[in-house]
Amino acid sequence: MVKQGVIPDELTKPFYDAANEEKLVIQNCTACNLLQHPPAAACRKCGSGDNMEWKGMSGKAKIYNYTVVYDTPIRMLQEDQPFNLAVVMLDEDPGVQMYSHLPGTPVDQVPIGGSVEVVFEATANGQKVPEWRVVG
Amino acid sequence: MTTPNAPDSFYHVTEGQGVWPHKGKVAAVGIGHSPTSRRWDGTPENTVGANSILALRKAIEDAGVPPDQIDGLVIDPVTTTGAHWDANDPVPMDIVNFYNPTDDPLDGIAKLSCEWLLKNMPELKNVKFTMYGTGCMSHAIVVAAQAVGEGLTNNCLVLKSWHNLEGRYNQSGLSAAENVSGSYAVGPGRTIWGPPGCFGTALQFAEYCRKYGKSHDMMAPFMENSRRNGLLFPEGYWAQHRPEQLTPEDYLAARWIAKPASLFDNDIPIMVSGAYLFTTAERAKDMKQKPVYILGHASNRGSGRSLTPTLEEVQTETGSTGRKILESAGITANDISFENMYDGFALFHQFHIEGLGYRGMKFGDALDFYQTDISIEGPNPILPSGGNIGSGRSRFWMHTDSIQQIQGRAGARSLTGVKPEIAVSGGPMPMGGNFTVWGASPD
Repeated sequence: MVKQGVIPDELTKPFYDAANEEKLVIQNCTACNLLQHPPAAACRKCGSGDNMEWKGMSGKAKIYNYTVVYDTPIRMLQEDQPFNLAVVMLDEDPGVQMYSHLPGTPVDQVPIGGSVEVVFEATANGQKVPEWRVVG
Repeated sequence: MTTPNAPDSFYHVTEGQGVWPHKGKVAAVGIGHSPTSRRWDGTPENTVGANSILALRKAIEDAGVPPDQIDGLVIDPVTTTGAHWDANDPVPMDIVNFYNPTDDPLDGIAKLSCEWLLKNMPELKNVKFTMYGTGCMSHAIVVAAQAVGEGLTNNCLVLKSWHNLEGRYNQSGLSAAENVSGSYAVGPGRTIWGPPGCFGTALQFAEYCRKYGKSHDMMAPFMENSRRNGLLFPEGYWAQHRPEQLTPEDYLAARWIAKPASLFDNDIPIMVSGAYLFTTAERAKDMKQKPVYILGHASNRGSGRSLTPTLEEVQTETGSTGRKILESAGITANDISFENMYDGFALFHQFHIEGLGYRGMKFGDALDFYQTDISIEGPNPILPSGGNIGSGRSRFWMHTDSIQQIQGRAGARSLTGVKPEIAVSGGPMPMGGNFTVWGASPD
């Protein structure tokens, strides 16, 4: 299941550079001590862009819930339908979500609340992105 | 002349603002709709601009107000149903020049400005006030109501229009690209993970069912009721083009889009325009139609913290919205005769009405409520307009129906189990919508 290629932009380059090194980093506002994802130019809480850093994560998360996608608008994924599409929440902060196809998990057999750990997948142009596998 | 967006001061966005200062001083007195169609047929007579002119003229005629007395115009300038004009596609200049164009050739074809409308409706020669309420008729209504209340305009047209082009929903552009930008790839909307438009709602609904022990099958009575009401709405898409009742069996057999959201849980994108005329309560007294008074309005500007709002975040916001709606009109939930909250996607209507506390509902109650009599003949009508599910995606059927029910002009859809005196309508999303309270009396 190959995803569209990703071309990092200025905002997201640290996130993708880390992914190529198989590390997960998330934006953090040092003033608010608050993680945020997706990345943004400024902290969504205090509005300042002066205190943003990239913070390493453990790569552990829990599955919030999921759907099974039968009709995606993304052309490159259409031949892989149906597929799981879950939202996972980081153990460091459940308020931070990431999408996952849960590679290795059969369609519609997703353990809600189950533990997952990060893996890194190459997209169509070789850029790696975080994915998540069920553990335990 | 450049039309501005409404200022922040127009909106009731926080609890504790109290009763709307202009309660009962603004009234809806005219309604107009264009015909519906599935897509633009490529002719000048069927553009989003043409439909808009038609709807506006019908609203003026319905109200019986001379066009030269119209002094305000509030619209949503964004008209896409998800169909965007490809930058590589040539613009049909014969269509553009069929009308009086603005500097933007796609104005009137794939977007809409107040300036384009005024250039092409010469009878509106005294419009001095224009403003945008972007995204939805629910937004434009709040802006127009506030503008009339503040005396910025006395006779104000409100318009929402849609264009729909060839091609499948949201499947062109970035969806078809080999490579995308890093920000897009990890963003909250369409991403490289491929969520359809209904993904967030489907996810919230899945969590709702898990938390309260409900199931997708329990939506069937709601869907049947919505299509039934939609087929009684002569202005709607299904009534005009595909007068087919949706049965529970049809619904349960429908293909999935993002399970647990199926095809019918998504409203069908269409071409259509709808317009209203608002005026002061004083002026409305001696007009052609019975005035329907605006008792209050409220807005939600909440957003999820990360990619997709959780059920908990949605319920926090809809609960707050419900309190603001009631507060703005100085009413309780028990005063509401019927509700016309947003429904396109079907799977979030329950979030709206539970937040509102309609008929005493609490979180988790709505799907059980759907198993009771929710018809227009019963004491607890749900979405008598049929909404976007019942008549296609206009984002205004619920407003039209609220006005028509209170005026006694809803025809075959007329409520018989309740006396239509106070209605609440609005949306679109449970997080990020605008809502209006309508009344038969200004008090």
